[in-house]
Amino acid sequence: MTTTQKPSLANLFFGFMKVGCMAFGGAQAVARRVMVEERRWLTERDYAELLALAHVLPGPNIGNFAVMFGRREYGLVGALACVGGFFGLPLCLLVGLVSLYGYFGQIAEVNAAMHGVAAAAAGMVLGTALRMGTRLKPPPEAIGLALAVLLASTVLKVPLPVIVLVGAPLGVFAALRRARKVRPAPAGAQSRQGDA
Amino acid sequence: MPFWLDMFLLFASLSLVAVGGANVLAPEMHRQLVDIRQLMDEATFSQLLALAQAAPGPNILSGSIMGYWIGGVPGLLGATLGLLGPTAVLAWLIAGLTKRLAHAPWLKPAQAGLVPLALGLVGASGLVMAQAAASFPLAPVITVLATLYVWLAPLNPLWALLVGGVLGLVLL
Repeated sequence: MTTTQKPSLANLFFGFMKVGCMAFGGAQAVARRVMVEERRWLTERDYAELLALAHVLPGPNIGNFAVMFGRREYGLVGALACVGGFFGLPLCLLVGLVSLYGYFGQIAEVNAAMHGVAAAAAGMVLGTALRMGTRLKPPPEAIGLALAVLLASTVLKVPLPVIVLVGAPLGVFAALRRARKVRPAPAGAQSRQGDA
Repeated sequence: MPFWLDMFLLFASLSLVAVGGANVLAPEMHRQLVDIRQLMDEATFSQLLALAQAAPGPNILSGSIMGYWIGGVPGLLGATLGLLGPTAVLAWLIAGLTKRLAHAPWLKPAQAGLVPLALGLVGASGLVMAQAAASFPLAPVITVLATLYVWLAPLNPLWALLVGGVLGLVLL
């Protein structure tokens, strides 16, 4: 069993600030790294479930996550601490960079390094999906659905609201069916294992 | 209508349909800012977008700096509040709903049922990013190496970015 630790308000603010400031090419990879592996605020499963909810809602994914996780821990103050920490510093930084960009963008070396960073950032997001997948060990029908969503979004270019409207009920239906099948088993027949 | 309110309403309407986050926001933002309202030209749009993606921070902030570019501080505030406010209120309400239903026996499995959706969407945004980043021949190699590293090594994922940046510098 992995043990989780309840963060303080300051932990939340600075933890999300760290996520925001290290979020190159999206916050997905860093958010999971900081919250699940470094600080152990949530288990892998808890994180995946809250993230899934954040994905289904419109707007920034980790931003939604910050609101929901903050509310869960400390109500409104918690939500404000998470959101403020997450967006505050990067926003100031970006505004500064916009003013400098006319100068920066012309330097060939900066451009070359940024191309390399972008390629690696894509790998980071892909690796995060694979790492979550292997650690959660989803049942076969869940893997099938995840792959179908991936295919629909990338190859078939299905609009995201449509994917969510079709995929969410399908996933919930499959999970409820599986839960019903598991429940009649005698108590203790299967020992619950925490995330590795 | 005051300018900041106009910006607020525009970006709120963009954010509220962006299921899937910032990656979905970009095409719609382009349509509104460049095609329909002609608030900036094509080159400026893609430069600001690339800047927001390369700089640290959530990608949704690309909208904030577009607001800043268009209308200074009022534009920045209107756009940022529009992008973040309404969706945050929605997330807040949903969080309250799941809290109230916490003891319903179906809630946990139902929430678990959304996990494959999240996995698929995270994977999809990774693939879209990989495609956009494939601007030079060895970019896919860097992407695959970073994927394997983050997947299999229990180390800080940011090393992948540093190595990617250095490789880009050396190769290009």
